Amino acid sequence: MAYSDKVIDHYEHPRNVGGFDKGDDTVGTGMVGAPACGDVMKLQIKVNPATGLIEDARFKTYGCGSAIASSSLITEWVKGKSLEQATQIKNSQIAEELALPPVKIHCSILGRRRHQGGGRRLPAKARRRCSPDCRCGPASALGPLTPPFLRV
Amino acid sequence: MTPHFPIYLDYSATNPCDPRVVDLMVPWLYEHFGNPASRSHAWGWEAERAVEQAREQVASLIGADPREIVWTSGATESNNLALKGAAHFYRDKGRHLVTVKTEHKAVLDTCRQLEREGFEVSYLDVQPDGLLDLDAFAAALRPDTVLASVMYVNNEIGVVQDIAAIGALCRERGVLLHVDAAQATGRVEVNLQQLPVDLMSLTAHKTYGPKGVGALYVRRKPRVRLEAQMHGGGHERGMRSGTLPTHQIVGMGAAYALAQAEMATELPRIRALHQRLLNGLSGIEQVFINGHPTQRVPHNLNMSFNYVEGESLIMGIKGLAVSSGSACTSASLEPSYVLRALGRSDELAHSSLRMTIGRWTTEAEIDYAVQTIRDNVAKLRELSPLWEMYQDGVDLSTIQWAAH
Repeated sequence: MAYSDKVIDHYEHPRNVGGFDKGDDTVGTGMVGAPACGDVMKLQIKVNPATGLIEDARFKTYGCGSAIASSSLITEWVKGKSLEQATQIKNSQIAEELALPPVKIHCSILGRRRHQGGGRRLPAKARRRCSPDCRCGPASALGPLTPPFLRV
Repeated sequence: MTPHFPIYLDYSATNPCDPRVVDLMVPWLYEHFGNPASRSHAWGWEAERAVEQAREQVASLIGADPREIVWTSGATESNNLALKGAAHFYRDKGRHLVTVKTEHKAVLDTCRQLEREGFEVSYLDVQPDGLLDLDAFAAALRPDTVLASVMYVNNEIGVVQDIAAIGALCRERGVLLHVDAAQATGRVEVNLQQLPVDLMSLTAHKTYGPKGVGALYVRRKPRVRLEAQMHGGGHERGMRSGTLPTHQIVGMGAAYALAQAEMATELPRIRALHQRLLNGLSGIEQVFINGHPTQRVPHNLNMSFNYVEGESLIMGIKGLAVSSGSACTSASLEPSYVLRALGRSDELAHSSLRMTIGRWTTEAEIDYAVQTIRDNVAKLRELSPLWEMYQDGVDLSTIQWAAH
């Protein structure tokens, strides 16, 4: 697969790899994807209680070069944003920034999906990527992205 | 061979043409350029002699009679000719074919086409080690079965089917046996005087010959008939029309002659390299070999590295040229159907690497491969949420994945 320099850069030097303390109340965790589909992404954000802004983010991804690059990029973009602003990020922006080939747009959707923490129907082209028993649907069993302290 | 390119470990995809073969081919392009079918002058006569000599060389490697060799453009065409040619010719005897789910697309897609024409095809499962269950095979043969197709050596996982036993079963039931031997020539002994095989597909470019030429073995005793698929002049005893590419055929003959001469010394060397690669990689935690460990060609090692995705691994091991069973690396975005047929989960199919070695692979290249694969698997596992969960003792099969 001939990737752009940006994808290769994120792959060779991924930003913000890792995780936060599980017990931390200010951390929201989302996991999307399935091993059967060849893509699983875990994204964590640390929200500042005082400002309500995302002050840090971490990711771990099982997936192809595009998937890794998309997740790495997302962790850079969300820093300093509010939750609402972060959910505005579109997968097309990710795909454009990384110059992803059409067959890889799917991976950028995963990057965005974690923010939403919830499922929505994928466009048909991206859906063909999934294995037959993959069910598009509601949020991850590991909890929505909103950190505990913000859930009412 | 080309220093600025990655180390080539994809010999099952294609091979470089042996330089000795190239030297023998070139004169037939422009010095001795005659059409072998030109019976009226010396240009044609000498080209015909070269073609017939190559025919003997190919026949010799597989224990066949030269009159049983039909030149084609490659194993894909040979598969098409064998399956369609036999199915059509013998259509009054029956309309059922038997094949295996792990066959090459050239066989599977041809079977699909025959199904569209009204034939019935049974696609047999394999055991988790990739080998065909002989009882299941026997049970699939029906009174109306005309042809079975089973490949000798699998291109993805390198396993060797028991062609002798399969052939014996076919003989008992009066079923023709076609064997795709594209990955077998030069790697295993093939003797058609002993093997009960009726049709065999051969190619040059997996045995250090040029791409674009192959052959189909068509047994004479007992006689096998085929309906031609290429018409226009009646070349190759009416089985395959078209001007013969002398230079290509000379190349295939020379490559097969070299294989016959050198196989005895080459195989132990390949086995040692295979062992070296295996030793280096099997120490990694959570790796799985795909395909039977010993009933295989030593040229092939197909391994799954759990919790690491194949395409991302290939990106990391930049200095190596290999292929993967990962969906990401296939045009269709489906994981390898061969690995799925073994019963491998999608994630293990996504996590696989196929490494195949050959005539010019060195120990230094194997050592580099081992090192870079180990390093990249470790690095990608650091990135992997699945590896993290595995280390935390989470049973991944119990997770409800939130698919997108």
